[in-house]
Amino acid sequence: MELKSKAPSGPIDKKWSKHRFEMKLVNPANKRKYTVIVVGSGLAGGSAAASLSELGYNVKCFCFQDSPRRAHSIAAQGGINAAKNYQNDGDSVYRLFYDTVKGGDYRSRESNVYRLAEVSVNIIDQCVAQGVPFAREYGGILANRSFGGAQVSRTFYARGQTGQQLLLGAYQALEKEIARGGVTMFPRTEMLDVVVVDGRARGIVVRDMVSGAIETHLADVVVLATGGYSNVFYLSTNAKGSNATAIWRAYKRGAAFANPCYTQIHPTCIPQSGEHQSKLTLMSESLRNDGRVWVPKRKEDCGKRPQDIPEQDRDYYLERKYPSFGNLSPRDIASRAAKEVCDEGRGVGPGGRGVYLDFADAINRLGRERIAERYGNLFEMYERITDENPYEVPMRIYPAPHYTMGGLWVDYNLMSTIPGLHVVGEANFSDHGANRLGASALMQGLADGYFVAPLTVGDYLGSNKLAPVTHDTAEVRATEDAVRARTEKLLSVHGTRTVASFHRELGRVMWEHCGMARSAEGLKEALEIIPRLRDEFWHDVRIPGTGAELNQSLEHAGRVADFLELAELMCLDALHRDESCGCHFRVEYQTPDGEALRNDERFAYVAAWSYDGDGKPPVLNKEPLVFENVALSQRSYK
Amino acid sequence: MNLTLYVWRQAGPDAPGAMERYDAHDISPDMSFLEMLDVVNEGLVEAGKLPIAFDHDCREGICGSCGMMINGVAHGPMKGTATCQLHMRSFDDGATVYIEPWRSRAFPVVKDLVVNRSALDRIIASGGFITAPTGSAQDANNILIAKPDADDAMDAAACIGCGACVAACPNGSASLFTAAKISHLGLLPQGQPERERRARRMVAQMDVEGFGHCTWHGECQEACPKEISIDTIARMNRDFIAATLAVREEKSAVGAG
Repeated sequence: MELKSKAPSGPIDKKWSKHRFEMKLVNPANKRKYTVIVVGSGLAGGSAAASLSELGYNVKCFCFQDSPRRAHSIAAQGGINAAKNYQNDGDSVYRLFYDTVKGGDYRSRESNVYRLAEVSVNIIDQCVAQGVPFAREYGGILANRSFGGAQVSRTFYARGQTGQQLLLGAYQALEKEIARGGVTMFPRTEMLDVVVVDGRARGIVVRDMVSGAIETHLADVVVLATGGYSNVFYLSTNAKGSNATAIWRAYKRGAAFANPCYTQIHPTCIPQSGEHQSKLTLMSESLRNDGRVWVPKRKEDCGKRPQDIPEQDRDYYLERKYPSFGNLSPRDIASRAAKEVCDEGRGVGPGGRGVYLDFADAINRLGRERIAERYGNLFEMYERITDENPYEVPMRIYPAPHYTMGGLWVDYNLMSTIPGLHVVGEANFSDHGANRLGASALMQGLADGYFVAPLTVGDYLGSNKLAPVTHDTAEVRATEDAVRARTEKLLSVHGTRTVASFHRELGRVMWEHCGMARSAEGLKEALEIIPRLRDEFWHDVRIPGTGAELNQSLEHAGRVADFLELAELMCLDALHRDESCGCHFRVEYQTPDGEALRNDERFAYVAAWSYDGDGKPPVLNKEPLVFENVALSQRSYK
Repeated sequence: MNLTLYVWRQAGPDAPGAMERYDAHDISPDMSFLEMLDVVNEGLVEAGKLPIAFDHDCREGICGSCGMMINGVAHGPMKGTATCQLHMRSFDDGATVYIEPWRSRAFPVVKDLVVNRSALDRIIASGGFITAPTGSAQDANNILIAKPDADDAMDAAACIGCGACVAACPNGSASLFTAAKISHLGLLPQGQPERERRARRMVAQMDVEGFGHCTWHGECQEACPKEISIDTIARMNRDFIAATLAVREEKSAVGAG
């Protein structure tokens, strides 16, 4: 498979405007003749569906939640980056581009990242126009805060609920278009397959989660905005329903899956409290603006109360190891550093898997009120979960799976290797390389949805003549039949184990062998365990009820079945990449002081895997990464 | 800890429902309420029975999916807390807990504790937005907003759309939900051009959906997991009355040439 990035030629800062001019347009009167399917209603999907409808396309939008307003983007806390340089601190589009390429440890495509930085400024304008209540200074202008991996203050925020407010902006635009008749919304509807006819994406097969009916929706183009796959780890910061089924089904229909092993472990989450735990809760990275991370210097002190450990016996390890970025080191680095001190036996809290995030200094410096203003809702959330008051005792935090940089491979137009199948937001692989910087996920979702996909979808429709497709077309019927057969197969196992028990077991294997640190030995072991577990699943899973009703066990089972396949690809990818880069840390490849050691000669490429049939190994396709603007170097945050 | 649960089970919108008794054993006080239900459900599946259906997703109190009446109180005993953020340490060992779906004519039961809240989406669709098509915006700092206004708008915008206000209201009114959106957008300069139209249309849509009227019981703000104030309802009423008095015929747009 040849991977054509279709990145325009010319200087980096002219590529997007050149491309916008070169793209084909669709006459306004013809737009309504085209049907566009958007799967997912988060920041990327909601904004794409609303924007495409505003342009005049006939849009069908699908989500598994009961309302498009509940997509998981809503849970993003800290903020959204934009190169506005409102702070006069030296920011620019080029600096945001540079920080993102460097933060991603030189494993992303320059042209895409530059475009992301370029449109970031438009996103803030758009959101303010919609009424997003960003934080403001007394003079009425917008406020900013800092985030990891940057030395400028470019993050816009709405308390600790930035994702919620941005999503509500997109959702309200979407509802406006629903009322106008431009978008038909299908809530509680889950995509189970993509329909490919003559090599092009022409629709999707869905299950109505209330009635159980399996139906096909046809279209001229399909946009997947279905988020990431961190729930392969079972315990993650993702919502319980977040899943990989849409992108995994697309992979099995011919879309290449890029860099599946690039998964981000977020450094500041509330540690696990017991076996019953169903999810992990993130504490925004913005807390690292004012919180200081530390553990006791000596193992013996770990059992003591934190207030009983004097200053000289504390190890502020991020400040010690990375004096210039300190507590604002990028996520991959902060996570690994936490794991390291816990592995040394200096972790705190139950099981010794935790580090302190201490606000005492900030409270002394700024007063409790200022801290409450900045982080009040996060402190309350922490107290609700742990029953501890972070104004009085330091928070305990530990890394947890949070975001997946990997995803379906897309070209500069955000189109996958299946023509007509576009992929936006976290579901694609495009902008973050091997590590995403904080406050950049919201930026990417909205960049793709508001400003990129609405144009590139038009270019696809304007450049291609599509043959008519009906519900009687052979490929359409075959796809729908395959979905029915798979659902029936799941329901007919009648085994003994619950779906959740398989999911938990898979999660443990992945966390152990394909989590924060990976080794060839561990990955090989996981590659033996996962197929066995998958086999057991298909022989012993128990799903009560029928397919013709609301059946949450069946929904979960379908998702876990796909995670059981994706997990194997993640391990294969992690095993083949004999280097460490960003969040992919192979213990065999590290610098003498324990930092990720890249191998640019062998691995400066995107690993895009394509499906070659059941029982056959996936095929590795490589897109070489060319760096014309940012010089490859060893990342340093010291 | 051990608890006795009475849970509303209903196979579908038209099927009769009933409270059924379940025993929850070995529950840790550190579990969330939904994790406690997960444990009960795993037991039910292992026993070959149908698990209790309930809506949930983010489990960190922001998506608004979850919500149930717990001992007759929307989202249970802890103030300002959604069901997913309620922890079992709020209950006594040996307690009996009654769990029911949201109760409102406008929220028909789908199954067990799952209800259909799409009426809330239709209220937003009727006018809960600012018309700002993608690409039409000016520079963000050209719009100055006094910090107190931005803060008040944010307070109102914090609504998660869970529907607890409706479930808690003796009249089944969606006034707090609707007023929160009218306040959020009406407090901002960007929201002014559509302010009257928005109030008129959203209030009318509440009636269409079958929600009751507000008679100032105040139960909604007690139940609201985001502690949104009923002051927003006063603001909605003011906007609605002003809009009704000032109603102007909407002319259809006619372009020349």
